[in-house]
Amino acid sequence: MSWIISFLKSSIGRKLVMSLTGLFLVIFLVVHLIGNLQLLYSDGGESFNKYAYFMTNNPLIKASSFGLYFFILLHAIQGIIIALSNRHAKGSKYAVSTNANSTWASKNMALLGTLILAFLCIHMGDFWFRMKAGLLDMAAYDDIDYEVANLYDRVVYSFSQLWIVIIYLIGMVALALHLNHGFSSAFQTLGLNHKKYTPIIEGLGKTFSILVPLAFAIIPVFIYFTK
Amino acid sequence: MSNIKLESNVPEGPLAEKWTKYRGSMNLVAPNNKRRIDVIVVGTGLAGASAAATLGELGYNVHVFTFHDSPRRAHSIAAQGGINAAKNYQNDGDSVYRLFYDTIKGGDYRSREANVHRLAEASTDIIDQCVAQGVPFAREYGGLLANRSFGGVQVSRTFYARGQTGQQLLIGAYQALSRQVATGKVKLYNRHEMLDLVKVDGKARGIITRNLLTGKLERFAAHCVVLATGGYGNVFYLSTNAMGSNVSAGWRAVRKGALMANPCFTQIHPTCIPVSGEYQSKLTLMSESLRNDGRVWVPKKAEDAAAIREGRMKGNDIAEEDRDYYLERRYPAFGNLVPRDVASRAAKTACDEGNGVAPTGLAVFLDFAAAIERYGKAEAYSLGLGDNVSDAKIRELGEKVVEQKYGNLFEMYEKITGENPYKNPMKIFPAVHYTMGGLWVDYNLETNVSGLFALGEANFSDHGANRLGASALMQGLADGYFVIPYTIGQFLSKEIRTPKIKNDSPEFMAAEKAVQERLDKLLNIKGNQSVESFHRRLGKYMWEYCGMARNAEGLNKGIKLIQALREEFYKDVFIPGAADEYNPELEKATRVADFLELGEVMMRDALNREESCGGHFREEYKTEDGEARRNDEDFTYVAAWEWDEENNINLHKEQLEFNNVELKTRSYK
Amino acid sequence: MNLQLKIWRQKNAESKGYFETYKVEATEHMSFLEMLDVLNEQLIQEKKEPVVFEHDCREGICGACSMVINGQPHGPMAATTTCQLHMRHFKNGQTITIEPFRAKAFPILKDLSVDRSSFDSIIQSGGYISVNTGQAPDGNSIPIEKDLAGKAFDAATCIGCGACVAACPNGSAMLFTSAKVSHLGLLPQGEVEHKRRVKNMVEQMDKEGFGMCSNTKACEAECPKEISVENIARLNRNYMNSILTGE
Repeated sequence: MSWIISFLKSSIGRKLVMSLTGLFLVIFLVVHLIGNLQLLYSDGGESFNKYAYFMTNNPLIKASSFGLYFFILLHAIQGIIIALSNRHAKGSKYAVSTNANSTWASKNMALLGTLILAFLCIHMGDFWFRMKAGLLDMAAYDDIDYEVANLYDRVVYSFSQLWIVIIYLIGMVALALHLNHGFSSAFQTLGLNHKKYTPIIEGLGKTFSILVPLAFAIIPVFIYFTK
Repeated sequence: MSNIKLESNVPEGPLAEKWTKYRGSMNLVAPNNKRRIDVIVVGTGLAGASAAATLGELGYNVHVFTFHDSPRRAHSIAAQGGINAAKNYQNDGDSVYRLFYDTIKGGDYRSREANVHRLAEASTDIIDQCVAQGVPFAREYGGLLANRSFGGVQVSRTFYARGQTGQQLLIGAYQALSRQVATGKVKLYNRHEMLDLVKVDGKARGIITRNLLTGKLERFAAHCVVLATGGYGNVFYLSTNAMGSNVSAGWRAVRKGALMANPCFTQIHPTCIPVSGEYQSKLTLMSESLRNDGRVWVPKKAEDAAAIREGRMKGNDIAEEDRDYYLERRYPAFGNLVPRDVASRAAKTACDEGNGVAPTGLAVFLDFAAAIERYGKAEAYSLGLGDNVSDAKIRELGEKVVEQKYGNLFEMYEKITGENPYKNPMKIFPAVHYTMGGLWVDYNLETNVSGLFALGEANFSDHGANRLGASALMQGLADGYFVIPYTIGQFLSKEIRTPKIKNDSPEFMAAEKAVQERLDKLLNIKGNQSVESFHRRLGKYMWEYCGMARNAEGLNKGIKLIQALREEFYKDVFIPGAADEYNPELEKATRVADFLELGEVMMRDALNREESCGGHFREEYKTEDGEARRNDEDFTYVAAWEWDEENNINLHKEQLEFNNVELKTRSYK
Repeated sequence: MNLQLKIWRQKNAESKGYFETYKVEATEHMSFLEMLDVLNEQLIQEKKEPVVFEHDCREGICGACSMVINGQPHGPMAATTTCQLHMRHFKNGQTITIEPFRAKAFPILKDLSVDRSSFDSIIQSGGYISVNTGQAPDGNSIPIEKDLAGKAFDAATCIGCGACVAACPNGSAMLFTSAKVSHLGLLPQGEVEHKRRVKNMVEQMDKEGFGMCSNTKACEAECPKEISVENIARLNRNYMNSILTGE
């Protein structure tokens, strides 16, 4: 088994972990976005609250959410380790810095990742933690015989505050830039580079990196202005 | 003058069988003995890297030295065109004999028959070896190796890897060497420069090196020493050689008793980018293959040439009838494809007559307009565009074809000159490129100093008075892969009882001390002129008096000028920094000091050789229409020069015998 | 043209470096290195120590030049080494900052000269085909598809200058290593020991202290021989294949 450890410790192995966890998180973003778009329904939050209940109580989803937490942590910790070791490998920086040979985002993935991580802490502290800790009001609906946490109320409350909306916007800009490089980069790390298909992957990545964070960003803005 | 007898040691028997028979009957060193024998190889170009790798594979303990940071930087890397081999893959009548004959004739009958034939025999193995190593030679659609033709021959035998053949071959040899370094059979010393040869009891037993980072002098001992240290073209200051290329290893050997053979045989390459100013540090070659499609010309009228020089006119402004395509005019049979020496001299003549086209007066045009039109028309035809194609379209199509063939060269030209060679004719001028002369060696590639071998451009043996294109790579690799691994055994088989050579014997200590004194002497001059300025002046003298055309008066004058310059150097050179640090100026100083001695010997050699042959053109010895006139009766010999302990320069001769080819006058008319 | 040069000076590997400013007069026909020659001649005339910089062939193929010009290895022109860069691309009165290549695996030796022998170590760890002299079959016995030979050639044009490492914010040598792995691995001759080669070379690269690739593609942009990051993807998949399917 020592080969697995030495593989995971090799430079390419480490990058492979970043790539696979990153791609998993990309898929998660899609799932998360689809659920959250229910916040834009004008049903007083009923469907969203039921969805939130389902997501936190279904055993299968509960189990996979542990996987998610693990991958987020792995992606973050591995990312930090790589960034530190890369900084060490570079030694000192040049007196003149230039973006002539690469994009700003590609060179600042660690910074963007840290911003996203900070955003995630605020985001989860505000919603996930309150829900798990039972700090939310409960809501009852006719078609079910149990009460569910009224996460919707909390969301509306949070997004009625301008500073939180701004934090979300910053978080989504960071996410967009992170994805802008990360999406196609993950494929390159997996060794998938082909004259025919790479331009398609790159196009898809750029589109994804704009549309998904934009859709996420619409939610707080929409709620701030409408509720 | 020492009593030196130059024995070529060419084996008996018919020419075509000499090498095979000799190889089959020569003395061998058993594997268990090889393990106990140390070999020093200096230089990691094609010859050095291939020799070190192969000797390591055979089981010798090899110590290989380069002054570069990595073996891969050796100047073999810059060879563009290709490598010849008598494979006859094209079914066009090539054979080992034909390659042998072309090389002897191209060298104007001043090389040793047996050596050249062996080179031609080895050529085919080289290609196989390089392919197996992964050298990505050009291929046809069927997957087999492609060939192209090169100046001076009538068959297509040149293998190539785009315009970077030297690079690819050197990387092949470098990789083979790296593999041996990894096994521990070869120990690599980078950034070590050889500053002296050490002889013990008359045999070459080691070298003194300077660690170029720390300045530390070190003594390395071995059973024999192999020099593969390249040519000395940089004696001209401006040449196509790399800035670091130097003669010092070879020259130190000469100062320890080895002989410098035919030093005046210098190849001036006709197609280089002309000098643009006083600050110029080196010249850049444009591959000879350009002459396949380019037409060389100068304006007929001196006033047109003057107008171009002053920038009032451009090449394209000169009407067709006012152009002198002088190669086509003078040599109708070969035209623009005459051998290098002939093309170079013709360019010089054109410029001497006042028709040069660069501000310095020293350049001729190499024009692709005709080729662009020809290719454009052919392309239009094959695209089925009919007869009503506009000239602009034809040009566009033609430029595309030319770009496919020579794109990287055109790009390089534009980078350096800032001019677009598709639109305006290129300006070219000859430049020093290769030195056929070198250390005298016998058939075993051993110099007259026992146990000292010389390979590749560092020896004199295969190219006579002029080298054919794509033959330098062939010789370097033949010597390293296929000759020295055998012939070194002739010497080493007698050394199997010799214990490990000690590097603290009195001879080693004395040599180290002498090097230290030499360095201290240079540093303590503390004069006012830079090393570079002396080198430039030396180069000017060499080019002026020992360049494309030489005469007795100029050579005599040149010798005096060099002697005076040498004296001035030791009085007034200024070298900043110290001996015990990374000091490139000190490195340059030791090299230039050696060039200052070599330069004089070259002029002596040129003065002594009262004939014109190959790259050596004496103005006194020419035919009525200005062509070279060889003197076979008096000069069919190798001139091997000794610099003795009293600083006398003495001539020794090895008579050349031609039993298989008839000596003829080269004619390209 | 008059130029102001801000040049990194450093006595040796141990000492601390600093920038020093010089004025130099150049012409637009000079190469960048010839402009530095002029500066050095000037310094020698003033009995000062000239700037140490590595250079040799001055025709873009030996890979010796190792300086960063205004933040870019080999300067602002694409596909051009420093020695082939000419002053006509700079403006009169311009200030040019010149630094050595920077990466932990390329320690500075003096001024603008760095130690790139870590590249040699990577090649020694497997960047070759194991064939002794004399063992080769006829050159035409192994037909190779023309395009494949071309691809191998494109990777093989690497001049080992290290601009890829210098340009990389992580000091990664993936482009260099992958170019060699691709050159040899694409050819049938090199396929036999491909897995072993890939594994050993990557391990050696990691050992030498190069950073990890984060796909910024700065290497590709600065490579004077325009070697593609496609090779890096190939190395990634070859390495995984070598580890996962190798014995």
